[in-house]
Amino acid sequence: MLEGGRLMLALEGVSKDYKVGTFGGKRLRAVNGVSFGVATGEVVSLIGESGSGKSTIGRMVLGLSRATAGTISFDGRDVAQLAKTGPRTYYADVQGVFQDPFSSYNPIFKADRVLTLVKGFFPGIGRSDWDEKVEAALQAVRLEPGACLGKYPHQLSGGQLQRMLIARALLLDIKLLVADEIISMLDASTRIDVLNLLGDLKGRGLGVLFITHDLSLGNYISDRTVILRHGEIVEAGSTPKVFGNPLHPYTRMLLSSVPQLHTKWAGGGPRPAIEPAGGDAAPRLVEVEPDHLVAAADEAP
Amino acid sequence: MSLRVDGLTVYYRTLRGDVKAVDGASFSIGDGEIMGLAGESGCGKSSLGKSLIRMDVRMKHVAGRVELDGRELPIADDAKMNAFRFREVSIVPQYSMSALTPTRKVGTIAQELLESRDVAFDTVKPELVRRLTLVGLSEDVLDRYPIELSGGMKQRTVMVISTLLDPSLLIADEITSALDVSSQRAVGELLVEFRDREFVKSMIVITHDLAILYQVADTILVMYAGKLAEKASAQTIVRAPRHPYTRLLISSLPEVGVRFAETRLAGIPGKPPSLLAPPVGCRFRDRCPLAFAKCEEEPPFVELEPGHEVACWRAAA
Repeated sequence: MLEGGRLMLALEGVSKDYKVGTFGGKRLRAVNGVSFGVATGEVVSLIGESGSGKSTIGRMVLGLSRATAGTISFDGRDVAQLAKTGPRTYYADVQGVFQDPFSSYNPIFKADRVLTLVKGFFPGIGRSDWDEKVEAALQAVRLEPGACLGKYPHQLSGGQLQRMLIARALLLDIKLLVADEIISMLDASTRIDVLNLLGDLKGRGLGVLFITHDLSLGNYISDRTVILRHGEIVEAGSTPKVFGNPLHPYTRMLLSSVPQLHTKWAGGGPRPAIEPAGGDAAPRLVEVEPDHLVAAADEAP
Repeated sequence: MSLRVDGLTVYYRTLRGDVKAVDGASFSIGDGEIMGLAGESGCGKSSLGKSLIRMDVRMKHVAGRVELDGRELPIADDAKMNAFRFREVSIVPQYSMSALTPTRKVGTIAQELLESRDVAFDTVKPELVRRLTLVGLSEDVLDRYPIELSGGMKQRTVMVISTLLDPSLLIADEITSALDVSSQRAVGELLVEFRDREFVKSMIVITHDLAILYQVADTILVMYAGKLAEKASAQTIVRAPRHPYTRLLISSLPEVGVRFAETRLAGIPGKPPSLLAPPVGCRFRDRCPLAFAKCEEEPPFVELEPGHEVACWRAAA
C-alpha cells in the first residue's frame, strides 16, 4: 500500500464461474482465487491478455455480476449484498468507465445528457448550483464547458467523450473509479491526456482500478500492478518492482513482447503457446521481496 | 521500384460533399521493402491502402496514377483490377478475424478463393499446408470453422491464404491491433519472415501503432488529415523526425520504463480537421506549436536528404 493510503476496495479469494456448453452443463472458471486491494489515492493496474478475467473482475467490483466464491468489500461493505444495502449509496462512491466511449452515448441525445442523468443523486439541488458543479467537473477533466455542452456525441472526439464520462464520475464525488480499457479506443495523440488526467485525480485521493492489456500504459500510470493469466494472479506488487524485476516467466514473456520505440525485439520471439492452468486450486503467491508477490508455480524460480 | 504512387487523390462521396480522404499522395516502395503507414484514425491511411486494391462504391478516384512493377494499376476500373487482385496485389484486411465466412470451413474458403482465380486447389494445397506449418498451424485448421480458431490463429490463417499466390504487394491493414501483445509479436515477426522468404515482394503495413512499425518496417510514412506528412527510414522517424506532428506523436507515446510520477508526457491539443472542408495550407497548422504565417500556403512534400521527405515549411527551411 501507499503510505497514507487507506485500503478501500478489498478482494479476498474471489472466483467466478461461467456456465458454458449447450445446456450450461459445463463451467468455465474465469477468475480463480484472486486477492488484492485498492487504497485511496492509488492507481492499481490489472494487466492481462484477452481471456485473463480482468474485465470480469471489473464487472464484479461494479456489482454487475456476482462472484461465485470469495468476497469483495468496499469500505467494509460487502458488494454481494448491494441489493439489500442499497446500490445507490454504493454507486455514489464507485463508478465505472468502459472501453468504447462512442457506444456509451445515445446518438440522438446531446452528449451532456450523461451528466444530467445523474442529477437524481442530488435531490433538491438548485439550477445554478448544479451548473456550477457541472462546470467544476468539466474543468477538472480539462474540458472547455463551452466547447462540449450542448453538442451531440458525433461532434466530439473520442478523448472528449471519454473525459466527459470521467467528469460524470467526478460529479458524484466518487472514491473509486473502475477504468476498463478506457484508453484503447483513443488515438495516440489524445490517449496520454486521459492518462495524465487519471494521474491528477489520484492526487485528489481518488482510487483507480485501471484495467488494461497494454503494459506500457499500465507502467506509466500505476502505483501497483497485478498481472493476470487465465483468471489467476501470476505476479503482483509495486509497479517499479514488477516491471523492474519481473520474476514470473509469463510476466517476462509479456514484457519482452511489448513493442518499444527505441529497442527492437530481441531475436527468437516467443511463439505463444500458453495452456490454461488446470485444476481449481488457486495458485499460492509467495512474497519474494517486500510488496512483490509471485505465483509459486513449478516453473517459477 | 516495386510500387510507384503519383499524386493519388481519392475522395469519398457523401451527401454533404466530398470527403478528401487521400489528397495528392506520391511515394514509392522498393523491392523487398516493408513500408509502415501510420497516422491517427481518420487520417486516410486505410483509404490509401484500400484504393490500391479495391475502391468501395463510395470512393472516387479523382487524380493520380499507380504503377506496380512498371505496369499501371487500373485502380479506378473495378473489373480490370480483378486480374491483379490476389495475384499481384493482396490484402490482409482490417478485422481479418471477421474476414473468414463463418459458415464455411477454412479449407473451403481457400479453395473457393483460388478457384475464382482459376487456380486448381490441389496444385497449391501442398504449399498451403507447408506455409500453415511455418506459421505454427497444423493442416487440421483447413477442416475447422473460423469460430474454432483463436484471434491470433485466424490472423495467421488469413495471412497465409492472402499471400498464397506470392503477390508483389501486400497491404496489411491494422492486423495487429486486435491482438494480445504476445500474438502481436508473433504476427509482426511473421510479416518480416514472409518478406524474407519472398512470399511477398513488398508490403504496406497500416497501423496507428508506431512502436510496432519500428519493429517490422524498413520505412515509415506518416499521414495527417489526408496528406502525407513525413516519410523516412523507421530509424529516422523514431529518432530524428522533422515534421512537428511526427515529433509530438512520438513524444506522446509512453514506453515501458517511463512513469507518470517521474516524467509527464504531453499529448497533442486539438483534433484533426474535418476532411469535408479541410483548411487551406498546412492541415496541421491549428495544432502546431511552430506554425507561422507561411503555413497558410500548402507545404510541398520535399526531400530533405536522400530517403527523407517532409511536408513542412519549418523543416524545409
